[in-house]
Amino acid sequence: MDINKANAEAVGRMMEARPVLVGMGKAIDVIPGMHENLLLHAGPPIDWDRASGPMKGAITGALIFEGRAKNMEEAEKLVKSGEIQLEPCHEHQSVGPMAGLTTPNMEVYIIENKTHGNLAFSNMNEGYGKVLRYGAYDQEVMDRLKWMHEVMAPVLKEAIDMVGGVDIKALLAEALHMGDEGHNRNKAGSILFLKALAPGIAKAAPNQQVASDILKAIGDNALAVLNPVMAACKAMADAAHGVEGSTIVTVMARNGTDFGIRVSGLGDRWFTGPVGKPKGLYFPGFTAEDGSGDIGDSTITETAGIGGFAMAAAPAIVTFVSGTPQDAINTTMEMYEITEAEHKYFNIPFLGFRGTPTGIDIRKVVEKGITPRINTGIAHKDPGVGQIGAGLVRPPMSIFEEALIAFAEKYGF
Amino acid sequence: MSAIQSEIRRGAYYDSVVLMQLQRELAALPGVLDAGVVMGTDANKDILIQSDLLTPEAQAAGADDLIIVVKAESEAAAQDALAQVDALLTQRQSSAAQEGYRPKSIESAAEMLPDAQWVLVSVAGQYAAGVARKGLELGKHIFLFSDNVSLEDEVSLKQEARDRGLLVMGPDCGTAIVDGVGLGFANKVRKGAIGVVAASGTGLQQVTARIHQLGAGVTHGLGTGGRDLKEEVGAITALQALDVFRRDPDTRVIVIISKPPAERVARNLLRAARATSKPVVVDFIGFEPDKAVDGNLHFARTLDEAAEMAVALLNDLPEEAPAPEASPFAPGQKYLRGLFSGGTLAYEALLILRDMLPNLYANLHLDGVADLANPMQSQANTIVDLGEDVFTVGRLHPMMDNDLRIRRLHQEAADPETALILLDVVLGYGSHPDPASELAPAIGEARQQAEAAGRHLEFVAIVVGTDEDPQDMAAQIETLEAAGVKVFTSNQEGVAYAGQRVQPLNPLTEGQPVALESLRGPLSAINVGLEIFAESLKDQGAEVMWVDWRPPAGGNERLAAILARMRG
Repeated sequence: MDINKANAEAVGRMMEARPVLVGMGKAIDVIPGMHENLLLHAGPPIDWDRASGPMKGAITGALIFEGRAKNMEEAEKLVKSGEIQLEPCHEHQSVGPMAGLTTPNMEVYIIENKTHGNLAFSNMNEGYGKVLRYGAYDQEVMDRLKWMHEVMAPVLKEAIDMVGGVDIKALLAEALHMGDEGHNRNKAGSILFLKALAPGIAKAAPNQQVASDILKAIGDNALAVLNPVMAACKAMADAAHGVEGSTIVTVMARNGTDFGIRVSGLGDRWFTGPVGKPKGLYFPGFTAEDGSGDIGDSTITETAGIGGFAMAAAPAIVTFVSGTPQDAINTTMEMYEITEAEHKYFNIPFLGFRGTPTGIDIRKVVEKGITPRINTGIAHKDPGVGQIGAGLVRPPMSIFEEALIAFAEKYGF
Repeated sequence: MSAIQSEIRRGAYYDSVVLMQLQRELAALPGVLDAGVVMGTDANKDILIQSDLLTPEAQAAGADDLIIVVKAESEAAAQDALAQVDALLTQRQSSAAQEGYRPKSIESAAEMLPDAQWVLVSVAGQYAAGVARKGLELGKHIFLFSDNVSLEDEVSLKQEARDRGLLVMGPDCGTAIVDGVGLGFANKVRKGAIGVVAASGTGLQQVTARIHQLGAGVTHGLGTGGRDLKEEVGAITALQALDVFRRDPDTRVIVIISKPPAERVARNLLRAARATSKPVVVDFIGFEPDKAVDGNLHFARTLDEAAEMAVALLNDLPEEAPAPEASPFAPGQKYLRGLFSGGTLAYEALLILRDMLPNLYANLHLDGVADLANPMQSQANTIVDLGEDVFTVGRLHPMMDNDLRIRRLHQEAADPETALILLDVVLGYGSHPDPASELAPAIGEARQQAEAAGRHLEFVAIVVGTDEDPQDMAAQIETLEAAGVKVFTSNQEGVAYAGQRVQPLNPLTEGQPVALESLRGPLSAINVGLEIFAESLKDQGAEVMWVDWRPPAGGNERLAAILARMRG
């Protein structure tokens, strides 16, 4: 068996995938396998007892949003009794940032990979402050979710139709030239997103006030495009999944307790280990003590060759790395060591338009002792507080080693 | 007649400057008249209309689509141009921004310093072979300073290097000089015309330093590692080094330094030294040679003497190296084929040729000569005694009957690898009454056929006889010479002449020849291990990438073994 050939094929598929935002729909109607009693969450599988603070808060908020519970006690009871089931977003062609809670009645973005035909889904981004994805679930959070679903979503849905969809791949390639890396910094991409949708929003909104509110909500949220970007990355990574004999990583995700990966040639098996705590900068009043374990599906960006891997494209946020642009460059340079290819379409002007490092090869990770570098937001360890900083984190080496051993067993090395 | 072809790439964003650059590069390709590369906005389509470049596909493209249009002299030229779009888009522009990164693997270092010809390896012995192997896979010469590399690893590394036309200097190689740049421990020695190959680090330092003191200089000082001349390794690196010096026009005198090697290895090495056709000073340290001079070989007893002899030999040479003679042979013609009727003549031919030619085969047993797998079929350089029983069953001895020899002669002549055919013609009572009358026409025919096939075939004959023999020796020689045969009446002289004719056609080593250019010009190297080697190279003006190396899989042997198996 030729591993190198399999990897070239997998990463070739990842790069040739062309994810386009084609519409929105209710999760229960569009996400495969979604049902009334199912909640999707970030990362590998988790149960209530092992779940982190923000994850428990987000589950509670999700059940309040669905009208199934009023508080955490009730939520806990529902989950522990098995009446409500928890499953990873990734097992349903979906991704969600931070806690990643996606519920049956949420409106989700639908991304279609025009090259290979597969779909991917993600929920809407709520913006900053107290938000469900960081485990907040008070009335303010619920009011905002209600507005997003009742007022914004119907307009966005129509707007997407009117503008004929949004090519997220082209948007990302352009955003990388505007100082984004696609994970922690999506300022430029969100403005491009707003630019693409604004003509549709203006027409689709029932009145000027609503149009203005929605344009402001997207315009104020520098992470507005993060969720469609993540779903786009998921569509690209899924295109690379299931190539026999490939050692390329197609999922990296965290649930606040465990870090999990999947490998193209190893089917749907998760390899998991304890999450680390991100190192980074904290908002005023918070310290590393307050931080939760690493959480979220947003590591799908690094899996697809952007995010931390494209750090050299985003000098404005080098403070998260340690302060100098050289460190940002070194982050990207180091990731070339463990990846299969340089991206054909995503490139970095500052590195002489070199393609971003794409397609993590577990062989290279283990051999060189270099784990992927991930840019991430930092959640407070207690439910309901929200984001307290941003920084860098790496997955545990053990999961790559386990995957390598499993690969050797499966393929008889 | 011009042809327009276009290609639409959906959802491919490129900065407009990149697109303008691509457009300019496409337009500069052979046969291309004009090119347009734009995103498919309405304004851009208008521009294409102006230049008459808007195809129906381009017309249908959306604003997120990349349009590439080429107008060329022919459909083929347009297609060729479009086929190069990917290469043009991905061609790497060097970026100084990457220089602050210290690579963590040879592969990354090689990406950052693609012109590097060398990998210097000085990591712990157990990892050294793995690092060296990776360097070879990347097409780099290896300077292997590390010791504690197993003999098996040394042999397999050197065999692989030879197959790839690369050098492995070491293991345990302390020093080398490549085109004036010292690797490892080396003195500052001026560039000159003496090539030194040494299985001894300090020996190389002493000799090159002395050459410098005497006012001369070196082309390269190539180290081989102390075990290269052992029987098991068979002087792979030393033979490659001699081959480099034979072909290198700047090298006019060669010095070999080693402790006394194994006998068979010594024979191979000296044979290769003879075949360089350049003066070679040999110092097998502590070895007393039978004679001080043997053809182009000059034996020295001490390191000092080796340096002095080399400089003296160099000073005796004419200022200008003579222009190399053009070879009359076609590429691929390499071998000598000797078809003997006399057993002892064949045996003496082998004794002479085994010191001149590699890959020598025969149907006679002699140390240093390989047995033919099948006496009916020559291999590489072959001497066959046609008087052996296997040939004479049911027919007359070849001294009386030329039929068998003529058939074999045609067989050899038809082989495109044959350069020269060597024959003995034994006259006297009992022998064939007029052998030349049968051999000469066959030789003439064979030469004509080779000529027609674009090859140049030479014949050498040793005529054994007297002017009183019944066959008329003078007439025999005349007939053969008229057929284009070079005739000798001494076996020793005839065989030596034949050997010299094919010597330059035979490589000194198996595998690919080392490209001389790879040892020339500004030295650029990847250093894995000791920092001091990187520093000293930088001080000499070489480009160096120092790898932040760590053991594979963090030293976990189980995982490292799995990775090795997966590499296959």
